[in-house]
Amino acid sequence: MTSDTAINKLTVMDKLRSYLKHPGSLIAAVFVMAAAVLTFAALIFLICYILIKGVPYIKPSLFEWKYTTENVSMLPSIINTLIMTVVSLIIAIPLGLFTAIYLVEYSGKNSSKIVAVIRLTTETLSGIPSIVYGLFGMLFFVTYLHWGYSILAGAFTMSIMILPLIMRTAEEALLSVSDSYREASFGLGAGRLRTIFRIVLPAAMPGIAAGIILAIGRIVGETAALMYTAGTVAEIPKNLLSSGRTLALHMYALSSEGFYQNEAYATAVVLLVFVLLINTLSSFIARKITKA
Amino acid sequence: MNKLSEKIMHAVFFVAAIASIIAVLLICIFLFANGIPAIGKIGLFDFLLGTSWKPTDVPPSFGIFPMILGSIYVTAGAIVIGVPIGILTSVFMSHYCPKRIYKVLKPATELLAGIPSVVYGFFGLVVIVPVIRYLFGGTGSSILAASVILGIMILPTIIGVSESAIRSVPQSYYEGSLALGATHERTIFRVCLPAARSGIMAGVVLGIGRAIGETMAVIMIAGNQPRMPAGILKGVRTLTANIVIEMGYAADLHREALIATGVVLFIFILIINISFSVLKRKENKQ
Repeated sequence: MTSDTAINKLTVMDKLRSYLKHPGSLIAAVFVMAAAVLTFAALIFLICYILIKGVPYIKPSLFEWKYTTENVSMLPSIINTLIMTVVSLIIAIPLGLFTAIYLVEYSGKNSSKIVAVIRLTTETLSGIPSIVYGLFGMLFFVTYLHWGYSILAGAFTMSIMILPLIMRTAEEALLSVSDSYREASFGLGAGRLRTIFRIVLPAAMPGIAAGIILAIGRIVGETAALMYTAGTVAEIPKNLLSSGRTLALHMYALSSEGFYQNEAYATAVVLLVFVLLINTLSSFIARKITKA
Repeated sequence: MNKLSEKIMHAVFFVAAIASIIAVLLICIFLFANGIPAIGKIGLFDFLLGTSWKPTDVPPSFGIFPMILGSIYVTAGAIVIGVPIGILTSVFMSHYCPKRIYKVLKPATELLAGIPSVVYGFFGLVVIVPVIRYLFGGTGSSILAASVILGIMILPTIIGVSESAIRSVPQSYYEGSLALGATHERTIFRVCLPAARSGIMAGVVLGIGRAIGETMAVIMIAGNQPRMPAGILKGVRTLTANIVIEMGYAADLHREALIATGVVLFIFILIINISFSVLKRKENKQ
């Protein structure tokens, strides 16, 4: 792909001489470099700015059990985020994984009509913006099913939202398991179910896990879909039917109220650190897959 | 016994697979059933092309044309900023970048995609908005601020899709062009990019979808005045912002009009999705 794979390798001097002969190429190269620098400078600037401004405001008082208007503690929101993540995953992982299993292991290579429809709908789901999910969650879970603003309504909304992500990554992981595994398992007399659960799934586990981790990132960062489903109460919920704001929502509330700029910085740091951790973890797992 | 469990699990897998179809159906049914009646009551043309949004006046007026324009302007701004930078960066990633640097840059683009939109919005609020206020005056919350942030937010989408499109161009094209005496750059811009055209377009379309659907980041920096956009340095309200800002206290027809706003947004997204999959299919055919 890159120029180092070309047969005639140019030295730096050759390159410079060629650029002098072709000023148009030089300009193009400069633009390409500038764009790349701009992209990654923006990322680095954003991260450093938030970290430098926010870290000094991270105080133990921000991690107290109780949220009050004097001390806008983020601990309740962190706990809410954890609950929200766990409940959403409990709903979405079986659905996503089983769908992937059905598509890969049962539908066969000759894709039937239903498979085409399933693919179309998951593609549609992955393109729908989060605010539309939020509206739907409000209309269906909150109003129609009378759950009110609740963790449960939020979690169901989120699980539909992350379903295509989990499904697609699981499907790719299952497809990448070599057919010889399946044939060998069948050859030893194992049934289809046994083959799937004992042979194929363990082999596909890293890919599935990477998808789940990405999904966790989506849940943690989500705001618009949760505002009118999980609500914005800044307390630790008594049960799944009580309202609770997640960390991202907490941060939006802080920055829009305007009195808590410093606390908003601190919350941004916590969110960023979390996203950094998730991304490192998923790329670590991805590297493991490519090695194996 | 074993046969039975095989059959049961087959059914379970099938039911799970149907779930996504049910979800899409439910979303469509509930959005349309709650939104369409409001459009009927307000009148399709008054709703889509009405230029004033005054839901609390007597009599109220529900025209979302300013918000439609707002969404289009902000998205267009994001495209102007994000697309050239994104495509050039993907060229860098596929044809300039040494392997060692690539190993750092690829996760960096994924990180760019993983940062929550509230953090982008907050960054815009504390950095971009004051800079615009300082440079051009006014409040700073403007189409320009929203465009800059959205431009950054769609970068990872555009980079990811266009990079894989550029990489899928056969190596022989590159070598053939070099053999004819073209420079590295001429080859990339005259041979490789045109060959990857439909894939790059698919990336741009996906980026448009992201930008038009983005909510929180835009609310925090776009100003949100529900009036016709008056200039690039003036505030504007998008369709997404309209829903989130007023849903908290809206009732009756006002609430239904907001859901109808969501329906309009949903139809926009469906059109964008369809053009994306058409482009994608075109690329696969090549």
